[in-house]
Amino acid sequence: MRHGKYPFVIGFLLAPVTLYVVFVIAPYAQAFYMAATNWRGLSPGQFVGFENFERLFQDDVFWKALQHHGVLLLALPLLTIAIALFLAFMLNVGGGAKQGVMVGVRGSKFYRVVFFLPQVLAVAILGVLFQAVYRADESGLINGLLGSLGVEPLGFLINPNIALWSIIGVLVWQAVGFYVVLFSAGMASIPKDIYEAAMLDGASRVGLFFRVTIPLLWDTLQVAWVYLGIMAFDAFAIVWTLSVDQGGPDGSTTVLGAEIYRNAFVFSKYGYASAMGVALFFLTLTFAALSLRVSRRESVEM
Amino acid sequence: MSATPDNTSDLTRRTVLRRAATVGLLATPAAGLLSACVGSGGDEPQEQAEGEKTAENPLGVDPKAPLEIVIFNGGYGEKYATDVHQPLYKTKFPEAEIKHSATQEIATTLQPRFAGGNPPDFVNNSGTKFMDFGALVQDGQMQDLTELYDAPSVDDPAKKVRDTLIAGTVEQGVYNGKPYVLNYVFTVYGLWYSDKLFKEKGWAPPKSWAEFTALLDTIKAAGITPYSYAGKNAPYYQYLVILSTAAKIGGADVLKNIDNLQDGAWTAEPVRQAAELWAEIGAKYMDKSHEGLIHTEVQLQQNQGKVAIYPSGSWLEAEQVQSTPDGFNYAVMPIPSATSADKLPATAVFAAPGEPYFVSAKGKNPRGGMEYMRQMLSKAGTKGFIELNKSLTAVAGSSDGIALSPGLTSASTALSASAQDAFNYRFPDWYKELDTELRTATNSLMFGRENAGQFVERMQKKADAIKSDSSITKFSR
Repeated sequence: MRHGKYPFVIGFLLAPVTLYVVFVIAPYAQAFYMAATNWRGLSPGQFVGFENFERLFQDDVFWKALQHHGVLLLALPLLTIAIALFLAFMLNVGGGAKQGVMVGVRGSKFYRVVFFLPQVLAVAILGVLFQAVYRADESGLINGLLGSLGVEPLGFLINPNIALWSIIGVLVWQAVGFYVVLFSAGMASIPKDIYEAAMLDGASRVGLFFRVTIPLLWDTLQVAWVYLGIMAFDAFAIVWTLSVDQGGPDGSTTVLGAEIYRNAFVFSKYGYASAMGVALFFLTLTFAALSLRVSRRESVEM
Repeated sequence: MSATPDNTSDLTRRTVLRRAATVGLLATPAAGLLSACVGSGGDEPQEQAEGEKTAENPLGVDPKAPLEIVIFNGGYGEKYATDVHQPLYKTKFPEAEIKHSATQEIATTLQPRFAGGNPPDFVNNSGTKFMDFGALVQDGQMQDLTELYDAPSVDDPAKKVRDTLIAGTVEQGVYNGKPYVLNYVFTVYGLWYSDKLFKEKGWAPPKSWAEFTALLDTIKAAGITPYSYAGKNAPYYQYLVILSTAAKIGGADVLKNIDNLQDGAWTAEPVRQAAELWAEIGAKYMDKSHEGLIHTEVQLQQNQGKVAIYPSGSWLEAEQVQSTPDGFNYAVMPIPSATSADKLPATAVFAAPGEPYFVSAKGKNPRGGMEYMRQMLSKAGTKGFIELNKSLTAVAGSSDGIALSPGLTSASTALSASAQDAFNYRFPDWYKELDTELRTATNSLMFGRENAGQFVERMQKKADAIKSDSSITKFSR
């Protein structure tokens, strides 16, 4: 059946490749081209070479946004993975051995649903929801509770020192559920015999976690890290809907996505916005390549 | 295909992927062609409808040509267009078909059509997602309205349309010397309060700064937040107030210099002084948590008697009509004098025609679009608008003989007291980046993160950056 192989394969590839080229590659290519023009959204702009990039490197807001991505890149994966790992461990192994099988803590099925719930909410809804949670006067959910304890209200979103952390809190809150499920699936595939053997040898729960679970979950953790890293390069929707003045106060929560949106759709500087987009493209690409390389390590064969 | 491992088929997964990638690369030059399409339409001039000019039809509209209207569906809704203005046009040209649509996202909906050379005839370019006027001017997308303004008005053929408008209305829509935009709604800005509350407590609207702060002290002592604005989305209400004070101290030219991006316009003494005065109000009389609220949340607090004085424009009363208790009686006061040596009197108010409309120069029926505007500016057109939207229009005396609500009456009184001293600025329409920076800086100033000196330095820096940016079209007045 060797002949007819190529038409067969090409027939299958043609549609997806065409779609991919038209909807993914072409816009990217266009963005690269636009980044070199001063297009303002109506008639074609003039070619200005690297002028947009020169301006970009002198733009304080751009550097501020990059700095925030740096913070997000460290905090978001670390917090999310740490919390999700802990919860997944408790749900699957935390209850100890019962008749030779490792089980989760009591009520773990219920917790599983509770943890996953935030994941099904759209980001726009989260934005509205957390406006009520973080509201800076006593009508805010948290400040109302603090107020009844006699604590001064906290300006979660209006204090530049904690605004970004408040937003990271929301992102972590939303993401944890998904990774609990992901890690649970990973843990389910770890043979029970290994846990049993380790427990017979006298391993504690902490020992089980660090000496057995983590090494055997390494591949899953690596995937989680890359996903969360890419999420850290986005964060646009939540910043746009939740933060004061869309990236404020005074730029203390802004991210590249927000600045791209602002420059394109508020200032009509599509060329400059595309230059930011190109910068973001390379940053994300570099991150993905780096993190895959750095975390490469022999996976345990089973 | 055989599945034996010894098969020397070169079609492994890797080669498939590699070939797919090659196809992708080969297709990239085609993408270059695609991007060349961006905005390439509209180079060929549209065929435009034109009819015979007569006394009845001074703009020479083709009576049969269809007309496409796009309305911003915001605070004023779309009812005034479908129920008042479009019937007026239809009565005059029964054969013309009117295509009406309304959207809350003007730029998102219309930008591609302008870029593609197929714009609607008439656009209400408003809302937070309005299309950048600078870019529209730069691209020659807007019809020069000189002919409309020189045409006889609907109600009095002896009078030109331009002579029926409140002074300054035509100028408000001028870009680079040509009138492109009709600003239809006349807005009076100031400090809004409940007349009922003030009367009950025996408080009087202050005229001088000393009276103002004394009143704020009294209000604070009564357990009410004396002054507030919403930091989350409405700091421009507050920057209008700061710049109004600057104009009162140094005269309306202070604002003109800012509009014209003149060197040192922001660091000028009146602006610095105004920023200082208002920073003090922010520090002493405002609730810090209001930086995180949106305008309707703060406005609701005012309706509930928790906030006494709120800066806004004359749309406020209509906007809050659902949440205002009976007998609240909105009233507006001008911003008090800052010093005894102020260049403008205490009665001077910030007043401006707003709510922009334009006709597409590259559309199919620009004459119809201009005639539509002429109908909007007629007595029947303005009366319908005022009754539906409880707002003043830019046509002089258009509210005469119509029963106005308390807030609108108060605004109208303040406007006549201000007479020739009314002032305004235009930079937010001209340079959106300056507007954005000023919003951020205003929050920093009012909530105590920056002082007046830092505020004016920062704004001057941004203004200078815009001035030296060759990609931004500059305007002057």
